[in-house]
Amino acid sequence: MAGNFLVAVDASEGSDRALNAAIELAKDTDKSITIAHVIEWSPFSFHTPDELAERHKRREEELDRAKQALLDPAEAAVKAAGVNCEVVVQHGHPAETLVNIAESTGALQVFIGRKGQSKAGLLLFGSVASSLIQISTVPVTVVP
Amino acid sequence: MTFLNSAKLAAKFFLAFALMALMPETASAGIDAAINEATAPIAAAIGAFVFFKIPVFGAQLPLVVLWLVIGAVFFTFRMGFVNIWGFKHAIQLVRGDYANPNDSGEVSHFQALATAVSGTVGIGNIGGVAVAVTVGGPGATFWLIMAGFLGMSTKFVECTLGVKYRNENPDGSVSGGPMYYLRKGFSERGMEGFGKFMGTFYAIGIFIGALGIGNMFQSNQAYVQLNNVTNGLFDGLGWLVGLAMAAVVFAVIVGGIKSIAKVTEKIVPFMAIFYCVFALIVIFMNGSAIPEAIGNIFSGALTGEGVAGGALGALIIGFQRAVFSNEAGIGSASIAHSAVRTNEPVTEGMVSLLEPFIDTIVICTITALVIGTSQVANPGFAGDATGIAMTSAAFETQISWFPIPLAFAGMLFAFSTMISWSYYGLKGWTYLFGEDANGQMIYKLIFCAFVALGCVVQLGPILDISDALVFLICVPNILGLYILAPIVKRELDSYMSRIRSGEIKKYKN
Repeated sequence: MAGNFLVAVDASEGSDRALNAAIELAKDTDKSITIAHVIEWSPFSFHTPDELAERHKRREEELDRAKQALLDPAEAAVKAAGVNCEVVVQHGHPAETLVNIAESTGALQVFIGRKGQSKAGLLLFGSVASSLIQISTVPVTVVP
Repeated sequence: MTFLNSAKLAAKFFLAFALMALMPETASAGIDAAINEATAPIAAAIGAFVFFKIPVFGAQLPLVVLWLVIGAVFFTFRMGFVNIWGFKHAIQLVRGDYANPNDSGEVSHFQALATAVSGTVGIGNIGGVAVAVTVGGPGATFWLIMAGFLGMSTKFVECTLGVKYRNENPDGSVSGGPMYYLRKGFSERGMEGFGKFMGTFYAIGIFIGALGIGNMFQSNQAYVQLNNVTNGLFDGLGWLVGLAMAAVVFAVIVGGIKSIAKVTEKIVPFMAIFYCVFALIVIFMNGSAIPEAIGNIFSGALTGEGVAGGALGALIIGFQRAVFSNEAGIGSASIAHSAVRTNEPVTEGMVSLLEPFIDTIVICTITALVIGTSQVANPGFAGDATGIAMTSAAFETQISWFPIPLAFAGMLFAFSTMISWSYYGLKGWTYLFGEDANGQMIYKLIFCAFVALGCVVQLGPILDISDALVFLICVPNILGLYILAPIVKRELDSYMSRIRSGEIKKYKN
């Protein structure tokens, strides 16, 4: 059963706040949560043959690490609050992948934290949150 | 062996070379010459064996080139001209139209293509073409393009087989390539003993051959261009430049200092585009010479005026240099492509169609036109320069400063090719001697030593040895491809019918 609120999880404080906000709302409205972590990856990158041969193994390691370090604690927190929880981890472009996950799970809203970068930082580097706002097909709640 | 121990071993190894630094210049030039004298007869002997020639219509036709030509033509017909109609599908695959989102994070088709192209686009695209035009006349360019076109089919067969018969190791990594498909494929067809022999023969061939085409030839030409551009600053110091290059290659393949390789791999595609853009500029600057240059290409191809062996001579050279450049028939690209985690071997075959296209039909042709138009506009522009020095001179006639970025580009192309080929050679080595770390270290050290050696020997013997070794491994590879072709055709037909029926999902566009 798919969750109704999608929460973007990474290792930042912002994402913790986003998760908490989503948990509160989910409890109040009796909805469930899908927590998702996107491992940044592009199919259009350049590698040595060595790296290609190792890639499958690396990918498994990255998925395991993400599950253990990020998603298991987050899932525990959601379940502790008595909310149903689904877990998704995927490789790809962070904002685009989050939108895909939101669409495929039928999410009502996406919750994402904000890093609090300076204006110059935002201008130069952008952020997942700002990209997401531009391209999401589902309402986005940015939790400061 | 720890990194420290291997570094110590390597240091002792290189000290032998570096002792030359204590010698006066005349003595070090003497060492260069002595090595040349020693290697030239070996090169001649190996060459005579591999390129056993038969006289045909006044030309000397190496049997191995005939083998390659017939192979490429046969595969083109047998696969129903997949090199023409498969092109569009290849682009779709590389773009990611058929990429299953659940597989994101695995090696993508683009990545496999980029890695393989990075390995094949080497200094031969700049220097080898010049050799082709010098020896075979402008007509060689026509046959070069034809070889590129037909070679697409050969690559298709190789890379499909590479994925189909790869080994998936318990630790999750992949080992694939001709040694695997030859052994397993022949076993499937009931020729197990022969298959084992072929696999072993190929493995030996590739780990030795890697020392030529993917190593000595690259470092040699990179050094020549560097020397050229600095007006002879490095005369007689081939061993020093060689050592420096070997040290960098060592840092990457032994020290695992991936950052160097990562930077190179990223820059190479841009350098290739940069090179092509400027080549096109030079060609257009020689605009008035274009029609005549193109005319020369066609007339040279058909009449072979002034070329030893006539039109057939031009064909032989064109094919030889094309194979050297795009590696179709050598089987090396199938080692890179076998890493893609796909259940459809044919997809990698399709994607690999693009390599001879990019490498030969685009880049080599552009180089040939730069030289051709320069020759028409300024006959004798190069003096007696050969190889990359000639290409450099051609650019110089229009853009006086271009030899400098060309040297830089050449160095990068050479370097990325050396990294890729060290991997291919290593795979041949580990096929025979196992994946043991110490064993791998030995091969890597040998490889680095040859990087240095390449700068010390002259172009002639190097090219001869490289050529000979590479064409030697074409023989078992193409034999295997002939015998396994029906399997590939079946896979292709099955794949295409599933594409048409929609059973294979298109995710985008």
